[in-house]
Amino acid sequence: MKAKLSVDCVGMHCPVPLAKAGEALQKLAVGEVLEIVADDEDIIEDLPAWCRVTGNEYLGYAREGGIIKAYIRRKV
Amino acid sequence: MGRSSVIQARRMIYADYASSTPVLQEVKQEMLPYFDELYANPSNLHDFALKARRAVEGAREKVAQLLGARSEEIVFTSGGAEANNLAIKGVIQANKARGRHVVISAVEHYSIMHPLQSLAREGVQVTRVGVDEHGRVNVEELEKAIRDDTILISVQHANHEVGTLQPIKEIAEIAEERGITFHCDGVSAAGIVPAKVEELGVDIYTLSAHRFYGPKGVGALYLARGVRLLPQIEGGIQERGYRAGTENVAGIVGMGKAAELAEREMSQRLEKLRTLRSKFIEALRREVPEAKINGHPSEVNPMYVHISVPGVEGEAVVAELSSRGIYITSGSPCMARAAKASHVLAAMGLSQELIRGAMLFSFGIPTSEADVARVAQEAGEVINRLRER
Repeated sequence: MKAKLSVDCVGMHCPVPLAKAGEALQKLAVGEVLEIVADDEDIIEDLPAWCRVTGNEYLGYAREGGIIKAYIRRKV
Repeated sequence: MGRSSVIQARRMIYADYASSTPVLQEVKQEMLPYFDELYANPSNLHDFALKARRAVEGAREKVAQLLGARSEEIVFTSGGAEANNLAIKGVIQANKARGRHVVISAVEHYSIMHPLQSLAREGVQVTRVGVDEHGRVNVEELEKAIRDDTILISVQHANHEVGTLQPIKEIAEIAEERGITFHCDGVSAAGIVPAKVEELGVDIYTLSAHRFYGPKGVGALYLARGVRLLPQIEGGIQERGYRAGTENVAGIVGMGKAAELAEREMSQRLEKLRTLRSKFIEALRREVPEAKINGHPSEVNPMYVHISVPGVEGEAVVAELSSRGIYITSGSPCMARAAKASHVLAAMGLSQELIRGAMLFSFGIPTSEADVARVAQEAGEVINRLRER
């Protein structure tokens, strides 16, 4: 997936990646996609929930070895 | 009591004392000389440094008194999070040869959980013990979780979200019987409710100054004689080698004064908090009969009133009350900006609806009965209006 910006959260534990995602999203325009690179498994459940609460769109995730790459679209 | 408060002068009502408290005037006055008059490095040998060193040691004595400990058992840190990290990582590193298993509760603060999640990558194993509907740790389950290679048990004194007090003495007895180091995170309890380490039976205890009317940026770890722990900040002999770095002298002095006042005034402060709590709950129940009071009904830090209301978003209530000059929180302050659902409330078995509708009111020394009445009335208005939407 083509993301406008990627935020490296490897080694960080939830909810830190969520806070980093929120911060990074502010740098994007509405409609643009953010990639979150992480290795804390909690992000798979937490990120869709966080998107519901914040009104952004959760696009899904992919695994590359022990790394999770998750994608969200700024909606608000 | 009866201290003038900047907070009240501005006609706002701060009801978020569980997140942080104002530095008391007496505390601030005691700190001031250490910024620009008595600024020497306490580690040095000259007479000027001696004044700073004496101030640090005087504060250490006061913090020790608050806990009923010896002054040489107190290690100052930059706050509760650092102290918790030091306790968790320090004990695990020092006891690697004995085992790699740790038992914690399911409702610990992130400053306990995250260091353990990091250490899990190095082979440390963690068992999280469940809690009942009030957030109290299941002691039987905890006992069953202990293994031959368990080197550390860490359970908080009071929960940081709902205020429930944990059965620390019972857990301490189990830990002692099994020869396991017992750490207790007392950040949400120390300086507010009694926390004598001998009575509690803990080996290591964390406290944070800004939670009991001292400054932010300073905390401490009680470390009982004989407990093995390795430093996490290295490069100096300060704090008996447990924490390198030139001491935050003004902050430590402030923590000492706050501890002295907390010790002296604890019973009257507690009496006031209990009165405020029951008056607030009574008034709130009149306004919002469906409100569910979370946390243990009696074993609770009385500054906390944590509630859930079905059909509203806690965050919407926080925002609406904030626009009216009333400041509360909807989750623990460490999570508020990340908008992550509370693991504490989930562990207590609350439904998603009640987790969403959760909010915390917390009161302190400057809070008056008129304040809690206004908070209850305005919170009632806001909640009922939001529910109608």
